Amino acid sequence: MKTLLRGRWGTAAGFLLGAALLLGVAPAVLPAFNLGLLGKFLCFAIVAVGIGLAWGRGGMLTLGQGVFFGLGAYIMAMHMKLADASLFGGSGVPDFMSLYGSGQVPGWWEPFRSPAVTLLAVVLVPGLVALVLGLAIFKRRVKGAYFAILSQALAAAFAVFLIGQQATTGGSNGLNGFRSFFGFDLKDPNNKVMLYMIAAVVLLLSLALARQLMHSRFGELLVAVRDQEERVRFLGYDPATVKTVIYVVAAVLAGVAGALFVPLVGIISPADVGVIPSIAFLIGVAIGGRATLLGPVLGAVGVAAAQSSLSSTFPSFWVYFQGLLFVLVIGFMPGGLASLPALVRLRRRTPAGAPQPKAATAPAPDQSPPAPEALSPETPKPGVQDRAAAPEEVSR
Amino acid sequence: MSTPTLLPEGEPQAGGLRRGRPKYLEVRDLSVSFDGFRAVDGVNLDVIQGDLRFLIGPNGAGKTTVIDAITGLVPATGSVNHTGTEILGRKVHQIARLGVGRTFQTASVFENLSVLQNLDIAAGSGRGPLQMLRRRKSIEPAVEEALEIIGLEGAAGKQAGILAHGQKQWLEIGMLLVQNSDVLLLDEPIAGMSQDEREETGALLRRIAASRITLVIEHDMDFVREFATSVSVLAAGKVLSEGSVAQVQADPKVQEVYLGTSGTEGH
Repeated sequence: MKTLLRGRWGTAAGFLLGAALLLGVAPAVLPAFNLGLLGKFLCFAIVAVGIGLAWGRGGMLTLGQGVFFGLGAYIMAMHMKLADASLFGGSGVPDFMSLYGSGQVPGWWEPFRSPAVTLLAVVLVPGLVALVLGLAIFKRRVKGAYFAILSQALAAAFAVFLIGQQATTGGSNGLNGFRSFFGFDLKDPNNKVMLYMIAAVVLLLSLALARQLMHSRFGELLVAVRDQEERVRFLGYDPATVKTVIYVVAAVLAGVAGALFVPLVGIISPADVGVIPSIAFLIGVAIGGRATLLGPVLGAVGVAAAQSSLSSTFPSFWVYFQGLLFVLVIGFMPGGLASLPALVRLRRRTPAGAPQPKAATAPAPDQSPPAPEALSPETPKPGVQDRAAAPEEVSR
Repeated sequence: MSTPTLLPEGEPQAGGLRRGRPKYLEVRDLSVSFDGFRAVDGVNLDVIQGDLRFLIGPNGAGKTTVIDAITGLVPATGSVNHTGTEILGRKVHQIARLGVGRTFQTASVFENLSVLQNLDIAAGSGRGPLQMLRRRKSIEPAVEEALEIIGLEGAAGKQAGILAHGQKQWLEIGMLLVQNSDVLLLDEPIAGMSQDEREETGALLRRIAASRITLVIEHDMDFVREFATSVSVLAAGKVLSEGSVAQVQADPKVQEVYLGTSGTEGH
């Protein structure tokens, strides 16, 4: 009862504390430039929440979240370009199209003139793409490294596609030079604070969503699928459905994050959605602790902050540092930094030399001789089973 | 929802239920080939609800493959009929939803989840999306009953990974119970168990088998003799003999397979 109470109030208090820090303290103390940077990091953190669910809880190494991030970002960017063109140019044709293209707005851009369609598409397009991909991949039982390679190839293909479409997606320059966001002037500092606030609120909401998913029955099933996918089938579940659901959730979070990234940062280009950014999304999650709720968020913000400060001081050094960090965490702390408290607690509880607890019901090696009967030609292999069970007893 | 009664009245008996219209598992001409090698070669099996059937046979006889084929894990030809429904050719999870459950030689519970969570997942394949997205607040009556039947009510909150080997097997049997399987296919449930655990497992099987179709793969003949109501002997992918323990033991064909001699042993 006590733990339940503490758990519930602890969560509420933690959530409020987070909200106060993000929505109250940060805008008050941070200069405008740094607040904008933090807003960008929060976008990465939203992607990280999704990766934490799909990878940490669902066991899917999503190396291609840049695709969904990019879909959300480009949809938002297209809307903002069209809106700018109508507001400031009058012609309704985005500037770069007149420069590189025919000066005509392609038909598939047109729906994104509407703010409502844009907002819906930011959620629906990444979600639907993930649904189709997920069903195609998981129903075919593609998993593990093959899934990771496939998702990474998608990110690479997506970036190559964007670069090739100079006239309609801005090619490797991407889309940039935005001046307004749903009618708000992007030069106005107050509007910049508002954008940051939106990102912070979306992050808090996605954390609440992730927490609900983790603690629901679905979350328990997800862990079961992660650990023993084949076993779950024999209980009457199709693991492909379970994995697709969480893959879609992660994709939608990435898409929304991409849509917020565009007005905050002011540019989206293939360099923000390809293989390297897709891997970068992952590093923060791994370092923070992929299976926990807050680990991915803190990891993503921490790594992004370190990157932006270190890479300006030691430009060539950052890549090595990032790689080293990744190797160290994966090698020595697979649970990420979030597992540190638990490791310390475990150390403290079992001081060196203390007798290891051993369950009384541990299977005794049963070497009772087989009955000398006609039907007992083979002894069961209890020895093998016992040895398999033993390490778990000792490691406690 | 009425209170579930996972425990039937009475004991299993040879030939199964005698009254009413018992459920059945009817296996006809079941064959499984691996690269041309026929691991299971035209197996016929009939198990009636209320029978506690043991499937025995030498190593490599194809016992586990029979269960794999019935549960959809390996492709097979022939027919497996569960009380009027053909289950062969369906997907694993569909077969499970039709009430065919199994355990594995090496206990495969979800080690990172608690005993309670394991059972709750097993009980839940019929849940709707809204129910799935909510938190598990109370213990379902069936889960509670299963905990009691398998003797793990004291370990409900424990992580399944730290259970003793025997307890894991019991947890798997409990998962079959809450899964609401009419067909229980148990692959060497007592392998690696201590003598006490074997006795308890046997008693557990006797308690649950009277209302179910139960097929147990086993090697330990003492165990078979003590708890089986009927036995099928499998050798080289074929059913060699069927009947009570005494009957199959007296069968010269069985003795030949087990001893490599024709039945010259005095009985």
